[in-house]
Amino acid sequence: MRPHTLSILVENKPGVLSRVAGLFTRRGYNIESLAVGTCEEPDMSRITVVSIGDDEAIEQIKKQLNKLIEVIKVSDLTYSDHVAREIALIKVHAEAGSTRAEVMQLADNFRARIVDVGKKTVILEVTGDTSKINALEDLLRQYGIKELVRTGKIAMPRGSKMISPKYR
Amino acid sequence: MKSGAKILFESLAKEGVETIFGYPGGSVLPIYDELYDSDVRHILVRHEQAAVHAADGYARASGKVGVCLATSGPGACNLVTGIATAYMDSAPVVAITGQVPTTLLGRDAFQESDITGITLPVTKHNYLVPRTEELGRIIHEAFYIAGSGRQGPVLIDIPKDVTTGTAEYNAESDSLVSLRGYQPTLQGHPRMIEKAMNRIARAERPLIYAGGGVISSGGSEELVQFAEQWHIPVTTTLMGLGAIPCDHELCLGMLGMHGTECANYAVTECDLLIAVGVRFDDRVTGKVEAFAPNADVIHIDIDPAEIGKNKRVDIPIVGDVRIALRQMLQENESRTSPRQWNERVAQWKEEFPANYPDDGKLRPQFIVKELSDLLNGRGIIVTEVGQNQMWAAQHFCFRRPRQWISSGGLGTMGYGFPAAIGAAVACPDEPVIDIAGDGSFQMNIQELATVAQYNIPVKVVILNNQFLGMVRQWQELFYERRYSFTELPPVDFVRVAEAYGVPGIRVDAPEDVRAALETALNTDGPFVLDFHIEREENVMPMVPAGAAINEMILGERK
Repeated sequence: MRPHTLSILVENKPGVLSRVAGLFTRRGYNIESLAVGTCEEPDMSRITVVSIGDDEAIEQIKKQLNKLIEVIKVSDLTYSDHVAREIALIKVHAEAGSTRAEVMQLADNFRARIVDVGKKTVILEVTGDTSKINALEDLLRQYGIKELVRTGKIAMPRGSKMISPKYR
Repeated sequence: MKSGAKILFESLAKEGVETIFGYPGGSVLPIYDELYDSDVRHILVRHEQAAVHAADGYARASGKVGVCLATSGPGACNLVTGIATAYMDSAPVVAITGQVPTTLLGRDAFQESDITGITLPVTKHNYLVPRTEELGRIIHEAFYIAGSGRQGPVLIDIPKDVTTGTAEYNAESDSLVSLRGYQPTLQGHPRMIEKAMNRIARAERPLIYAGGGVISSGGSEELVQFAEQWHIPVTTTLMGLGAIPCDHELCLGMLGMHGTECANYAVTECDLLIAVGVRFDDRVTGKVEAFAPNADVIHIDIDPAEIGKNKRVDIPIVGDVRIALRQMLQENESRTSPRQWNERVAQWKEEFPANYPDDGKLRPQFIVKELSDLLNGRGIIVTEVGQNQMWAAQHFCFRRPRQWISSGGLGTMGYGFPAAIGAAVACPDEPVIDIAGDGSFQMNIQELATVAQYNIPVKVVILNNQFLGMVRQWQELFYERRYSFTELPPVDFVRVAEAYGVPGIRVDAPEDVRAALETALNTDGPFVLDFHIEREENVMPMVPAGAAINEMILGERK
């Protein structure tokens, strides 16, 4: 059992996300993270899903996904060298003259950006892989995290390997 | 420019559709208005569920795509069970539903239901047609998807303003389907074929386990040829009945929960299982770890997702069963003498035939056997679900593919009668028999009106035990005979049939069975036979849920 990162290229049509998400629910697979957006082709979208399971279960998910008419290609990035990122916005309690300096120092260490400063709070924007964001979240907890939003993971293989079909 | 309704019928004509099964309603008024002048034959059913089952029966009997039509909201919702039935058994059906106008979508309009959402998990694909311009292309795509690869139901939801709107339609150009996300693999991988043949060549105890994929691919001849060439015994699933003639010396009958002793022992002892167009369903495998425990497995299927889904596979062959079998027939390997194994299997077959007591009581198995003898290879047998279905599967001798039509995967009571209507419409020259229970028959009994109206010659054989027999059987065996809500009060089916204008006979004695069957078969048009059978007869052998398939409860021997 380990997290698998699947990159799913789909037709950009209404209802595609329900088909993909519904398949996970129906067959009893968990979605740990989900990110959807446009891609290099205007009539396609890319869905990146992280799901936990053994290799056999993930193999079955991939086959089931491939059966969906509007799924064009499924790539499992888990075992290939790839870049993975997600973004988190974290609103932290940080009053001027009190803990704000510490929070800002921490942000700096993690290459997080301060994107909003309020009287009692700041919002940090941090980009990185899942573990980096988890680590920052952990450290910020002591100051009081008011709200946290994460995008879900997106990923791309390194080098000339592609997640888009060859015929392009 | 043509109206959407006109485009619909032009594209159906292009797809070769001659018959549709349907039920009118508000949202499909423009479609029905167009139908009024159309050459398409429309069979008016009495419940939308019957329309989709009939389309399914039509498809399974003919091999063509079956088509049904229903209105929005309740009409569409009534199709759901039938769509799920077709999905589980991979039957090619196109279901067309009306929808409220696009301007009212999402506003909880009168008779609005999100039928594409509802049927998402039980269709191969579905469409909500957004514009009249897209209607023609979508219909052609739907037929292509339903009828190719692993076949299945496709639903097309058409808003009313899409049928009244106008657009250009060209049957030639709009029917060219191109789907970049859907390209079924038909040819088996040559290396896998070679690997399989090498393994078969050194098998000592090989067994073929054939299923519905053999029927739907049209590969029965190739299957029999292959089995004969290599002297390999064949067991079939419920869906695979007819893939090899039941009286063929290599045919062991059905395997699984109510399979033959011979087939189940053969599976347990084989050293190579050649699975062809099957999906290792739990009713087949029983306890999956004990299914073919000593065997390597070759699995041929058109759906890659079936490979390794329930059982580990050693040699996967993804491809159309018929094409893959042809590839395998080209290999000229030879097998060392299989005599010992074949003799062992033949001995089981002789020692443990399908059996039932012969004591002068009216037994359902006897009725099926009489019917089988009387038809002698002719006819199409459609069943309901439960004991009637299993007795039909066990005791009728199927000689060819598409002679057997039954709801295998979903196990839908009420399937048989409307599916028989579809089969009879598809094959007007074949006698079509619905083998029913008194419970199942009452689930779509209203279709007596349909068979009466069109004089559709379906013969209903009710094996009437005034029980929901299969559930009662489980209650008897596993719930200390606590018959909780499985006893049905008697119904005078002959009078019910007569009220609809359909003749019927009640039969109580074994000696009257043959004459009654002959009367029904010799009558033009529909007929109802109400056989009052031994009430607590069980389907045997039986593998209890969760047991290994060689651990059978056996019936009385003759």
